[in-house]
Amino acid sequence: MSMDEVFKALADPTRRQLLDRLYAKNGQTLNALCEEMEMTRQAVSKHLAILEEANLVITLRRGREKEHYLNAAPIAEIAERWIGKFERGRIEALADLKRRLEGTSDEQG
Amino acid sequence: MSKASFVYVNYIRTTPEKLWEALTDPEFNREYWMGATLETDWKKGSSWKLVFSDGRVADAGEILEIEPQKRIVLRWRNEFMPEFKADGYTRCTLEMERVDEMMKLTVLHEAEAEGPHKLIEEGVSRGWPRILSSLKTLLETGAALPGRKTAPGS
Repeated sequence: MSMDEVFKALADPTRRQLLDRLYAKNGQTLNALCEEMEMTRQAVSKHLAILEEANLVITLRRGREKEHYLNAAPIAEIAERWIGKFERGRIEALADLKRRLEGTSDEQG
Repeated sequence: MSKASFVYVNYIRTTPEKLWEALTDPEFNREYWMGATLETDWKKGSSWKLVFSDGRVADAGEILEIEPQKRIVLRWRNEFMPEFKADGYTRCTLEMERVDEMMKLTVLHEAEAEGPHKLIEEGVSRGWPRILSSLKTLLETGAALPGRKTAPGS
């Protein structure tokens, strides 16, 4: 599983649609996911395999059924890589402002 | 209708020892688990509770299975939000596995009974990704994500 696979998996509207559908309702079977998709069962299955390969979808066996779950971990990694730094900066700035307003800043000479 | 479930699979650049320590050491917990710590003796059949820094119990239950550096299975109930507590007990399985230079951490959190489940569908599904991505960042960089060190509503 690499970042390249994640981006490749996300670079397709059908696969994003499948992730959206799992986000709305997690744990769906292939049959359930095929509903409302205007393509063959094989095509949906192929897209799911690519998502699974990229760790974006996890499957669990439940008796005879296979359920599909959205795995947010690779997306969290993308967010942390390019957004985390800014989020950290903002929180630090707020903490700094709070310290100054409360007059406890030890930066004052 | 099947049981409400939540799955999160995370690959973390760390060792089995470090990952185990991060999950079971209260001082380590506090750094990434919204300021909360897991209190238990980590023995099969023992009770456990997740306690916020202000003393409130977030979640609690029993240790169903434990195998160091491999697997923890917890019976789990939310204790601090009435609408989640009403859903009753759930089961949370944490599995650790070395894959190349990484540790694969799988968290599977399921309802015990079938039917809609607010704790799994809302609480767990929102909470785990924040905690687990913070855990990953902490183990890989030594610093947890901001805003993950304080309890909600405190």
